[in-house]
Amino acid sequence: MVPRNTSKALPARVADWPAAIYGVLKSHRVRQVSYVPDAGHKRLIELCHADREMAAVPLTTEEEGIGLAAGAWLGGERAALLMQSSGVGNCVNALTLASNCGFPLLMLVTMRGETGERNPWQIPMGQAAPEALRLAGVRTLRLERAEEASAVTSTAAKVAFEEQGAVALLISQQLIGVKSFEEKR
Amino acid sequence: MKALDRREVVASLLERRGGLLVVAGLGAPAWDCTAAGDHPLTFPLWGAMGSACMIGLGLALAQPRRRVLVVTGDGEVLMGLGSLATVGAQRPANLAVVVLDNERYGETGMQKTHTAYGTDLAGVARACGFATARIIRRNAEISDVRSGIYRGKGPLFFQVKVEPDAPPLVLPPRDGAYLKHRFREALLGAQ
Repeated sequence: MVPRNTSKALPARVADWPAAIYGVLKSHRVRQVSYVPDAGHKRLIELCHADREMAAVPLTTEEEGIGLAAGAWLGGERAALLMQSSGVGNCVNALTLASNCGFPLLMLVTMRGETGERNPWQIPMGQAAPEALRLAGVRTLRLERAEEASAVTSTAAKVAFEEQGAVALLISQQLIGVKSFEEKR
Repeated sequence: MKALDRREVVASLLERRGGLLVVAGLGAPAWDCTAAGDHPLTFPLWGAMGSACMIGLGLALAQPRRRVLVVTGDGEVLMGLGSLATVGAQRPANLAVVVLDNERYGETGMQKTHTAYGTDLAGVARACGFATARIIRRNAEISDVRSGIYRGKGPLFFQVKVEPDAPPLVLPPRDGAYLKHRFREALLGAQ
């Protein structure tokens, strides 16, 4: 069985991978962070909301964040877009902005439908997400282990803002933990 | 009563535009903005339908001291209706949205949109938290729209009822990377 949360075994400083991602967003001067929430992004969303230098923008659907990032870039700011893998399909047509205009795009995607998923309805989009992104012209990188969060996120941010490319960092379900569907005691 | 002339409305809104930043939704609204004068600080869309308001929001958040105007169509805004809620939640004081509502999908054969069947877009915008949300039917009201765009407290939403005609095509450049670069250079200087 897949452990609920592999990061529990790590020292607190290393295990706090959302804080490591947040630190990379700060060092790359990301000012607009939009999201459709996922439990795996809970802490990162809270960190962004608490930051007065960042606009944390809740979306009704993930594709809105592609437009927001384009507008931010036109205005001289950098953006990031947080979602779970089921939101990738919602983005496909809007990704025209990245591939056609060359807008930088940094997507942070928490994966569902991988090892140990207990909701079968999450599996089709989760399994298709990497290929759907590739077809839409978005590079993908994987984050598997908490201690790599800073380095891998930094690589993704460089692809977005220095190469001015479109990139999605796919955050492994093993790292996030599997949703149990059991009542909390 | 005859509805308003879309080209005249847009020309009135964009004359003496100063530092106004404009996002033009795909199709006729982009042609209308181009007919009023191709401008580096207009970003016209050729695709990504439903994104115009969100691009306007990202721009308005990034440039809080500049006024930002989204000029788009009823079909385009209907595809991104949720973005009105997203704008309402952020309440950008410097953002205005003008919907040129001809109640038709003008680029695909003039099929009726939901506004022809009664969808009240201004009502949706009001319910989403826009500071001002009005339906505009008369030429005499265009000066109100103008003062709202340039000086009013946003977010503002104006649903302007226009004739379902098809004025001559006046096309903006269609190279998206060029449109992006020239906008940023005009706004931010050489990058």
